Amino acid sequence: MKLINLSPWMIATFNILKKDMKTYYLKPPNISWGLIFPFAWTLMFFLRSQTPMQIQDVLPGVIAMSVLFGTTSMLAVTITFERRQRSFERLLLAPISLNALMLAKTSGAILFGVFNAFIPVIFASFLVDLSGVGWLSLSAGIVLIAITSTFLGLLIAVSVKEVFEAQTFSNFFRFPMIFLCGLFIPLAELPLALRPISYILPLTYGADILKWSINDGGYLPVSLSFALLAAFSVALFVLSTYNIKTKWIH
Amino acid sequence: MVHLFIIEAEGLTKNFNGFTAVDGISFRVAQGEIFAFLGPNGAGKTTTINMLTGLARISAGTIRLGGWDYALKGSLKKAQQRMGIVPDESNLYEELDGFNNLCFCASLYGMGKPEREKRAQELLKQFNLEAAGKRPFRAYSKGMKRKLTLAAGIIHQPEVLFLDEPTTGIDVESARQIRSLIQQLNKAGTTIFLTTHYIEEAERLCRRLAFIVEGRIVRQGGLAELMEEGQGDYIVQFILDDGGAKHAVEQELPAALAARFPHTEINIHGDREVRVTSSVPLELAPLIEIFSNYHLPVFEAKIMRPTLEDVFVRITGIEAARLKKEKEGKKG
Ligand SMILES: Nc1ncnc2c1ncn2[C@@H]1O[C@H](COP(=O)(O)OP(=O)(O)OP(=O)(O)O)[C@@H](O)[C@H]1O
Ligand SMILES: [Mg+2]
Repeated sequence: MKLINLSPWMIATFNILKKDMKTYYLKPPNISWGLIFPFAWTLMFFLRSQTPMQIQDVLPGVIAMSVLFGTTSMLAVTITFERRQRSFERLLLAPISLNALMLAKTSGAILFGVFNAFIPVIFASFLVDLSGVGWLSLSAGIVLIAITSTFLGLLIAVSVKEVFEAQTFSNFFRFPMIFLCGLFIPLAELPLALRPISYILPLTYGADILKWSINDGGYLPVSLSFALLAAFSVALFVLSTYNIKTKWIH
Repeated sequence: MVHLFIIEAEGLTKNFNGFTAVDGISFRVAQGEIFAFLGPNGAGKTTTINMLTGLARISAGTIRLGGWDYALKGSLKKAQQRMGIVPDESNLYEELDGFNNLCFCASLYGMGKPEREKRAQELLKQFNLEAAGKRPFRAYSKGMKRKLTLAAGIIHQPEVLFLDEPTTGIDVESARQIRSLIQQLNKAGTTIFLTTHYIEEAERLCRRLAFIVEGRIVRQGGLAELMEEGQGDYIVQFILDDGGAKHAVEQELPAALAARFPHTEINIHGDREVRVTSSVPLELAPLIEIFSNYHLPVFEAKIMRPTLEDVFVRITGIEAARLKKEKEGKKG
């Protein structure tokens, strides 16, 4: 007996997500990559920071990087791969809206990113007292960072043809972002000329939320950061669907 | 509302940065028929299918499928619910097995789990792929891949099925099986739109067809009606020894024949066949004499019923043999 009657687009969306999870995200190489990467970052930073206070200082940075590395290239690579295999055409030909399709394709990467984010958190919980952390805002911040960096992956997927290009392009964006978003070098200490770039990076606001949640750091009003990140998410979603409409449907 | 024509295309055009791939074509496909696009490389067959299925944007013209006008917002998705698509190259998931590929495709059309699993089993059985159901798609042979792609295209029981060169690049036996499956589907009520470069395939399968060349439909109509066009023709087929056709061309035999028998058309097929087409009955003895003057031994001379191939050559001016060679070279 059926408990709930799912509408056709929900069945499609859910199954696309499920397939992506099974065939990409939960595949041993990706799981290990997804785990080892944040793990290695965490270890590296924590070993260098001797005192508990320092661990709290680097935690936001490690979380943000774990999300960034788990999402951007994963989505860019899997979509580029499916486009080369031509199986992506199947999805474009299915009777579901482009929005539903994008929702399905991105939620896998978003979930994966969120999952990655909690690895350093779990790690840190053994070493330092995390009772002062604002869990709600931390989780919301992580989800928003995962969303925006996933869409960045989607933008990359639209502009490349080969899988290796997707990989290279992701790094091209990721590394400068890490340095410009205020995670490791506080915004106030960045050269004035670079600061405008920082302000157009969604990660800047995400990093600020993480800092605020973990150690009351933060530089900008947290509500402003949330509002801007949400706006970034919507804008990137719209831009991505527009891109797909114009570039993938010739 | 009953739609007599399930597909209606009017002035359909596709431009790619200034290049016109499909140039204002109009055609209609009736419910329940098999309709074929027959044409050489780059004629615009795939581009037309892409516009009909929603993979390519329409530059100009209109499409209605099952009454849904693509120009209206949301109607393409409604139309897509009713169509099945089998592309020219398999586009299933290499890493999934046959069964899961089918189930996944069914889910895209909103089919629930028990329903899609039952249907997938049925199709694997019907397509003789039961044993392969648990193997990953990447381990399939070309013919098996094509069959599974066809199964994936019909899992949601579409009213219209688009087939882009369904039998190109696979062995004779698989091609025969696929043709028979197409016929079964059609008998069960599915409307079929297919593209092909195999003239015999078009002749065997479809009731109506269109010849498409350089983005334009040069002729369309019922099979019988098109064959009529060739009925006034008298065709004599001469079989020479191996390489004889090549020698005939080198020695300019076609020109000599044409000079001696005006109003005839000379065509070379393969490497040992010369065909003479005429609108009046031909006498065989003087014809054979010319061959022997050129020291070309004739092993067989046969009066032939005009085939669709002859009609195609006559209407499009494209050598049927060239059409095939290009294709096979391309698909390797
Ligand atoms: N995305 C594209 N951009 C530019 N030109 C294109 C594009 N797709 C197709 N064309 C051109 O449009 C023309 C028609 O191509 P199409 O693939 O529709 O031909 P076809 O009849 O399917 O040929 P084939 O038998 O080789 O499959 C060709 O000249 C092709 O080069
Ligand atoms: Mg084609």
